[in-house]
Amino acid sequence: MILDGKTPTGPIEKTWDKHRFDMKLVNPANKRKFKILMVGTGLAGGAGAASLGELGYNVEAFCYQDSARRAHSIAAQGGINAAKNYPNDGDSIYRLFYDTIKGGDFRAREADVWRLAQVSNNIIDQCVAQGVPFARDYAGYLDNRSFGGAQVSRTFYARGQTGQQLLLGAYSALTRQVKAGTVKLHPRTEMVDLVVVDGVAKGITVRNLITGQLESHWGDAVVLATGGYVNVFYLSTNAMGCSVTAAWKAAKKGAFFANPCYTQIHPTCIPQHGDKQSKLTLMSESLRNDGRCWVPKKKADCDKAPADIPEEDRDYYLERKYPSFGNLAPRDIASRAAKEQCDDERGVGPGKRGVYLDYQTSIDRVGEDTIRERYGNLFEMYEKITAEDAYKRPMRIYPAPHYSMGGLWVDYNCMSNVPGLFVLGEANFSVHGANRLGASALMQGLADGYFVIPNTIANYLAGITPGTVKEDHAEFKKSIEEVDASVNKMLNINGKKTVSELHRELGSVMWEDVGMARSDASLKNALKRIPEIRDEFWNNCNVTGEAGELNQQLENAGRLADFLEFAEVFAKDALHREESCGGHFRTEHQTDDGEAMRDDENFAYVGAWEFKGVGKEPELHKEPLKFENVKLAVRSYK
Amino acid sequence: MNLTLHVWRQKGPQDKGKLETYPAKGVSEDQSFLEMLDDVNEELIKSGKDPIAFDHDCREGICGMCSQVINGKPHGGQERTTVCQLHMREFNDGDELFIEPWRARAFPIHKDLIVDRTALEMVMQAGGYTSCHTGGVADGNALLIPKPVADYAMDAAECIGCGACVASCPNSSAMLYTSAKVSQLAVLPQGKGEAKARVKEMTDAMQNEGFGNCTNHYECQEACPKGISVKFIAKLNREYMKSMA
Amino acid sequence: MHLITSTVGRKLLMAVSGLMLVGFITVHLMGNLSVFAGADAINIYAEKLHSLGPLVWVFRLAMLGLFAVHIGFGIQLSMENRRANPESYAIKQKLKTTFAAESMLYTGLVLLAFLIYHLLHFTVQITNPEISAHQLPLDAAMRLDVFSMVVMSFQKVFIALVYIVAMCALFLHLSHGLSSWVQTLGWNNGESQDKVVLIGRLVAVVFGLAYIAIPFLILVRFVK
Repeated sequence: MILDGKTPTGPIEKTWDKHRFDMKLVNPANKRKFKILMVGTGLAGGAGAASLGELGYNVEAFCYQDSARRAHSIAAQGGINAAKNYPNDGDSIYRLFYDTIKGGDFRAREADVWRLAQVSNNIIDQCVAQGVPFARDYAGYLDNRSFGGAQVSRTFYARGQTGQQLLLGAYSALTRQVKAGTVKLHPRTEMVDLVVVDGVAKGITVRNLITGQLESHWGDAVVLATGGYVNVFYLSTNAMGCSVTAAWKAAKKGAFFANPCYTQIHPTCIPQHGDKQSKLTLMSESLRNDGRCWVPKKKADCDKAPADIPEEDRDYYLERKYPSFGNLAPRDIASRAAKEQCDDERGVGPGKRGVYLDYQTSIDRVGEDTIRERYGNLFEMYEKITAEDAYKRPMRIYPAPHYSMGGLWVDYNCMSNVPGLFVLGEANFSVHGANRLGASALMQGLADGYFVIPNTIANYLAGITPGTVKEDHAEFKKSIEEVDASVNKMLNINGKKTVSELHRELGSVMWEDVGMARSDASLKNALKRIPEIRDEFWNNCNVTGEAGELNQQLENAGRLADFLEFAEVFAKDALHREESCGGHFRTEHQTDDGEAMRDDENFAYVGAWEFKGVGKEPELHKEPLKFENVKLAVRSYK
Repeated sequence: MNLTLHVWRQKGPQDKGKLETYPAKGVSEDQSFLEMLDDVNEELIKSGKDPIAFDHDCREGICGMCSQVINGKPHGGQERTTVCQLHMREFNDGDELFIEPWRARAFPIHKDLIVDRTALEMVMQAGGYTSCHTGGVADGNALLIPKPVADYAMDAAECIGCGACVASCPNSSAMLYTSAKVSQLAVLPQGKGEAKARVKEMTDAMQNEGFGNCTNHYECQEACPKGISVKFIAKLNREYMKSMA
Repeated sequence: MHLITSTVGRKLLMAVSGLMLVGFITVHLMGNLSVFAGADAINIYAEKLHSLGPLVWVFRLAMLGLFAVHIGFGIQLSMENRRANPESYAIKQKLKTTFAAESMLYTGLVLLAFLIYHLLHFTVQITNPEISAHQLPLDAAMRLDVFSMVVMSFQKVFIALVYIVAMCALFLHLSHGLSSWVQTLGWNNGESQDKVVLIGRLVAVVFGLAYIAIPFLILVRFVK
C-alpha cells in the first residue's frame, strides 16, 4: 500500500497556518463529551493532556511511574532548539527547518518539519510562562548556546537539566488541570493493549501495577506518547521502564511501525564497566563544545596513562576527518567514528571500548573555573560513576543507544493508520528522519503536545459521535481475556532463566548485529537469533510471583515479550533498507573513506511495517518522500 | 566484595513487614547500588524466593523514583547522590547494610521498599504551577529575569520530588519539597501574581496530607540528593508572612 | 484564622512567642543578676517591681498568654509531628540535627514544670514556707528581704539542683530556639545559616551559664 501522509500542499511557509484553517473544529460546548485517553506523561503526553484538558476535553492520562513528573523526558540534559534568532546570528524558521531535514539525512516529511520549526518559538514562550528557569544573562535576557553541530546558537537550556525543567513545566500545567478536574491521572498504570472496534481505536486495556488488576478504559480517541524503544538493546540511556509495549500493542492491532531501524546511538556516554551493568549513562553532548576526542595513534599506547601519550602520538580523529565541524560533528557521525577507532583496536579503558574526551586544551585556554562553570555537574556525575577526575585526566566516552527516530507511522495530523489512534513525540516517526539533531527531541515532544495535537485531534473528533463505544463492548472483554491469558502463560513457564538474563541476550544480539553498523550477514544472524531467544523466553523463562499483585518481574517479562517480537521487525527493516542514512549504517553502503551512502533513488520513502503475527512476514508499506524545498544532497560535515 | 543485607520485606500495606537478611556476594565496586540489588534479586529468583521490590527508573539520578534508606541515611548519605548513582566503591567488604523504605505516615508502603508518594502530588496540585494557558503567552524575553534571579529559581527547581526530605525529617515534614516550588515561582515574575494564594494552599495541603510540621532540624537539606537548601524554607516563611499582610 | 491553624502560621507564632519569652528571660536575668551586687540591689529591684501595682498583673497576664501560646502550640505541633512519623527506622543516623533540637518538647516540658515550681517557690512561696520573704525579717531599709530568701533557698542542695537542672534544660531549649527563630522569620539566606546557628548556640551558652551561676555560686557559698 502506498501511504498518504496527508500533508497540506502549497508554499511550505503557509502549510501549517492553512491546515489549521482547513481543519474542522469541535464546538466548545461539545468538547467535554469527548473522552481522550493519553498514554504517557512525558513532554508530549504531559503537554498534550494538559492542553487538551484546558480546551475542555475529558482527558484521562496514564503513566507507569508513580508520578507524571518522572517520565524519561526528565533526563534530557542539553537543551531545546528554537528559531528565535535572539543572538542575531542568522537563524530563522527556514534554517531550523533546513538543518533538521538535512540532519535527518533527508528521510523526514518536509511539512512536518516545517511545522516543528514554526512552533518552536511558541514553545519557549510557553515554558517561560510556566516558570521554567532557563539560563539568562545579567540583564535578564534568555541565553542561547550552540549545540550538537548547529552553526547558530539556537539552543535554550536550564543548566544541565533542561529536560527536567521542561517536563516539570508540562507537569505543572498537567497538575493544574488535574486539580481543575479536566484531567484524571492514572499513575502506576501500564497500557497492555489497544482496543480497536471496527477498525477504529476506541480504548485501552491497562494493568494497575499496584494491584495487578486489568482494567478497561474507553475513549473517543487514544493518544500514545509512550517514548522510544531503544531498550531493545538492553543497555541504553533510557530509563529501565521504557519499552516498546504500548506502541507494539498498537502495532499488533494494525498500526504500522515506521522506520524502526533508525535508532540514534549517542556519542558521549560513559563506557560500560562490566557485564553486570544495567544501563548506560549519557553525558550531555554539550561536552563536545570544549572537549576534544582522541585515541592513541599506536595500539601499543592504549594501556598507557593518557598523560604519558605525547601530543604527536594522539589521533584527534574527528578533527582529522571532519575539519570544518571537528568535535561537533553530528551524533551519528561522531558515534560511528568512535566505533571505527575501537574496531581498529585503538580504544581505551576496560574492554578497549572507549575514546578520550580531553579538556586540557580548553582548560589551558579558558581556565578550569570556566570549564567547571559550564560542565561542573557533568564532571561530577562522571566522577561518581567512574571515580576519575576529568579535570585531571581525559574522560572516557563511548556511544550508547539513546533515541529512536522510528516509531508508529502517523500522518500530518499525528494520527496513525488506525483512525482514532494518535501518536506523539518519540513514539511516532515523524520529524527526525534517519537521525535526530541535538536539542530537537524536547522541541518535538512539546510541539506535538502543546501545539499540534490540540489542533489536529479536533479535526478527527468533529467527524465522530462521542461515547458510542463504552467498556461494556465485547472488544474490551476480549482484550482483557487475551491479556489475562498471556499473563498467565508467562507466569506458568517456570523455566530456568530470569527475565533480565534473556533481555541481556536479546540486547547483546541487537547491539552486535543491529547496532551502530549493520551488514547483510549480521542482520541475517540477528533474524536467526531473535526467534530463538523468543522461543527460549516462552519455554525457559522464570517469571515469579502472581498476576494480582505488585510484580516487577511480570512487568519486565511483558515488556521483554514485546521487544522480542518487535526486534524482528526492527532487524527486517534494517535488512531491507539497502542504503546507509543517518542512524542506519549498512557496511555494504559506504564510500571509500567510510562515509554513509544514501540511495535516494530507491529508498527515499518511509518504510512502514504491518505486523501480521509472530512467525509471519510483516508487510512493508511505503510513503514516498518528496523534497520540494530542500534539495537532496549528500550530507557532508567535512 | 561480599556484603550482608538486611532488607525490609513487606507484602502489602496491611502486612506487618520485617527485616530479612540476604548475602550479596561477588559485588564489584564499579556496580551501582541498584545493580547490586539486581544481582541479589537474580539470586533470590533462582532460589525460588520473591525478589525485593524497589522503585527505580532512570538510574541517572534525575527521575526521583528511587527511595531507599541505607544504614539510616536516605539515598545512602553520599553528598548530592541518589541511590541509583551510589556506587559500591563507597562500601567495604564485609559491611552490613540495612535497607529500608521511606517511612512516614504520608507514605504508606505498597510493597517492600516501594512507597506511595501520592501525598507529594497533592501538595503540587494545590498550587505548584502558574496558571498560564497553552498559547497566548508573551514572548520569552518580554519579562526580563536577571541571571541571579534565574539562578535562584533554578536552584530551587532542581528538586526531583523523591521524598528524601520527608524520609529524613524527624517530623516527616515535606517542607523542603513544598518550599522549593513556592520559592521558585515566587521569585519569577510569571509566578508572583499567585504567590500569596500558592504558599497558603500548598502548605495547607502539606498539612492535610499527613506530613508533619517543620521544626528546623535541617535534616532534609543534608539528605537532599540535589542539595536543595533550607534557605528556601526561610523564603517560604517570608512568602507566608507576605501573604498574611 | 489561618495563622493559628496552618503549619507555617503556628511555626511563626512559636518563633515570635519564643522570642518574646527570650526577651522576658533576658530582663529577668538582669534583675536576678543583681543578687551578685549585694542584698540592697536585689531588694530594691524587688520593691520597685511590686510598687508597679496593677501593671504587675498586666505583665503577668501577658506572660501567661505568651506561655500559653508557646506551650500550647508547641505540644500540639509535637503531637502532630509524632503522628506524621509513626514508624521508626531500624537504624537512623542524624545528618544535621542535634539532641537539643530533637528534645525541644521534653526540655520545654521540663521548663514548664520548673516554671510552676519556681512560681510556687518564689512568688506564692509555699514550697518552703520557712524561707518565705514574708516570714523573714525585713531588711535594714524595711524592705522585704528577697536577698536572704534567695540565698537561703539556694544554700539547700535540693533546690539549687532543681534550678541547675532546669537551667540546663533552658540552655538546650535555647540552643535550638535562638537560631531557629531566624530561619522561621525568613532571615536565612543560605550562607548565613551556619553562622546564625553558631551565634544562637553561643548566646544560649551565655544564658545558661548566667542563669546557672546564681544557684551554683550561692550553693558553693561564693555569694553569702
